[in-house]
Amino acid sequence: MPYLDHAATTPVLPEAVAAVTAALGEFGNASALHGSGRLSRRRIEESREQLAEVLGARPSEVIFTAGGTESDNLAVKGIYWARRDEDPRRRRVIASAVEHHAVMDAVEWLAAHEGAQVTWLPVDGTGRVDPAALRAELAADPEAVALVSVMWANNEVGTVQPVAELAAIAHEFGAPIHTDAVQAVGALPVDFAASGADALSLTGHKLGGMYGSGALLLRREQACVPLLHGGGQERDVRSGTLDVPGAVGLATATALAVGRRDELSARMRRLRDDLVDGIRARVPEVLVNGHPTDRLPGIAHLSFPGCEGDSLLMLLDARGVECSTGSACSAGVARPSHVLLAMGAGAERARGSLRFSLGHTSTADDVAAVLDAIEPVVDRARRAGITSAAS
Amino acid sequence: MKVLAAMSGGVDSAVAAARAVDAGWDVTGVHLALSPEPATLRHGSRGCCSREDAGDARRAADVLDIPFYVWDLAERFRADVVEDFVSEYASGRTPNPCLRCNEKIKFSAVLDRALALGFDAVVTGHHARLVDGRLMRSVDPAKDQSYVLAVLAPQQLARAVFPLGDSTKAQVRGEAARRGLSVATKPDSHDICFIADGDTRGFLERRLGGSAGPIVDSATGAVVGSHAGSFGFTIGQRRGLNLDRPAPGGEPRYVLSIQPAANTVVVGPGELLDVDEVAGTRAVWTGGEPARSQLDCLVQMRAHGAVTPASVQVTGRDVVARLHGSQRGIAPGQALVMYDGDTVLGSATITAAGRAA
Repeated sequence: MPYLDHAATTPVLPEAVAAVTAALGEFGNASALHGSGRLSRRRIEESREQLAEVLGARPSEVIFTAGGTESDNLAVKGIYWARRDEDPRRRRVIASAVEHHAVMDAVEWLAAHEGAQVTWLPVDGTGRVDPAALRAELAADPEAVALVSVMWANNEVGTVQPVAELAAIAHEFGAPIHTDAVQAVGALPVDFAASGADALSLTGHKLGGMYGSGALLLRREQACVPLLHGGGQERDVRSGTLDVPGAVGLATATALAVGRRDELSARMRRLRDDLVDGIRARVPEVLVNGHPTDRLPGIAHLSFPGCEGDSLLMLLDARGVECSTGSACSAGVARPSHVLLAMGAGAERARGSLRFSLGHTSTADDVAAVLDAIEPVVDRARRAGITSAAS
Repeated sequence: MKVLAAMSGGVDSAVAAARAVDAGWDVTGVHLALSPEPATLRHGSRGCCSREDAGDARRAADVLDIPFYVWDLAERFRADVVEDFVSEYASGRTPNPCLRCNEKIKFSAVLDRALALGFDAVVTGHHARLVDGRLMRSVDPAKDQSYVLAVLAPQQLARAVFPLGDSTKAQVRGEAARRGLSVATKPDSHDICFIADGDTRGFLERRLGGSAGPIVDSATGAVVGSHAGSFGFTIGQRRGLNLDRPAPGGEPRYVLSIQPAANTVVVGPGELLDVDEVAGTRAVWTGGEPARSQLDCLVQMRAHGAVTPASVQVTGRDVVARLHGSQRGIAPGQALVMYDGDTVLGSATITAAGRAA
């Protein structure tokens, strides 16, 4: 089955399955004081150290969470609350207009319920934030800034943001910066310390680990108010009995993904370029979205003029080719992507888009399957036209 | 055959899709998202486009093991059904939005897209039969939906499949339960799906704004009450008029006509509602153009309304039905549907109703 939706989730690495299975065979509450507890605690701390090592963080900076959405919510809300508690003037949240919903909706919630004043940083036609725009926003009223949040790499079009540069600017004005690196870890070199970010989100299932296990890397000096109160297991920032198999799986998968990154990203880039070139040869009017070079190696986000993205998806699905329209609401309705709209694409281009994303199991056969199908599929979808718009 | 099954999340469309699978067809399920903001919660038995319904449709598709997608037709639905509904009321007519949805959405926008995407037909859970291409009433008279399908032209019906027409609603529910479809006991949807709270007048007031005007007695011309907007009344309506003064004889009064230009609602005795001549336009012949310009047939002028014999004169796209006997409370905007026994001949939109001279 040609699966080209690795940015949504990617198969669990066999090594991670083995590590998780072994951990499931052991038991013990990592907070307990007896031998079983100590064994679980050891697994957790080994995982924490492994994760810290491959991501350029200190072990104490690793906070295990239940995934990317929790990490994003914890960073955005927790840092906002902590900063505002220190100084009530700090109510501004500056975030890019292309954030994942886990950041965007958390920010919107702060605006609706916690008095946050939100600035969405615009992006250019490739999806990049302009560092000068961040500087201008910060300089306008540095005392009022609670938090900056800019993702490392975009989940839809794959554009990579200049995170280190943005972090340096934020720090010039004394503002902390969070980055959602869910798509970046394993695909790009991610070094927490070198990036200068104060908080970084990652999740297991995008890189070969399990669903429901992720982490927030949080600088030791960065105050963060918890979302979940309870036993205070993770630095008093996150409570809940520690998920030993989850942590073990996350660390195993992340270490493997980071270790194989050069080889894997080179392979994905080659396959991705073959895919884009091949589609262009068959459908010359196709438009490629995202940054031409600073882009995740496995992502090809394409617009097919005159087609409805969900027609394309359905026709490809019927031929066994699995991809994504990029964004859907929880009812399953395809909506024009806020990312493409922020990049200046019209609603029609946004709706006529598909995201193909490659990963560690991708092969040349997957690319060939798309190329076999794409011409008749685009042809049919174009005949079906744009049904969503009023006639 | 490759068919697209429109799945609302209700029991009928789930069983219709199941029967299509049993027929050996290649079935794909589609839920039509029609509401601009899918609500999270169901309000009683109303509504057909909540997120919960999309989820119920998805679960039915899972059980049937067919591919399932959601198509966003909210913008088309708004433009073609909701706006039409509002402007019809603003003009003093009483529209039937289900009929409009079948005409413009299910068997137009959805059917066209399905055909373009390579499907041969659209399957729905409507209670109606198609026999040799002719649209017929369901065997369950209480659930028959041929009235709201009578706007479909032969080329639309040629691409439609109604697997439930030979079954009663009770049989459909029983079959859903046997098939393990969790929607087997889900309440029927009724009322207007895009007015979730069922308050049509409140909806129209929000859309059209309330503009107070008089309620006038048809005999004396005296103002006998006031209204907050002439829309939202229906010919033949008796309740909710809040008249100040009773009729001299104490007999009940009904809405006789709505005059949007004068913002006036006219009321009077029920017998003035009795009509025996009904004019319609935009005639559609479900089984093809009639051979003669004079039809002796049965007519129905309201969903689940009474059926009356009539002689219908056809002139181009206009019809005039002379009823054998009189009918009460015929509202412009509703459909006049013509039947030969249980077979639908066609329909027209009612423009006027009165008494033959």
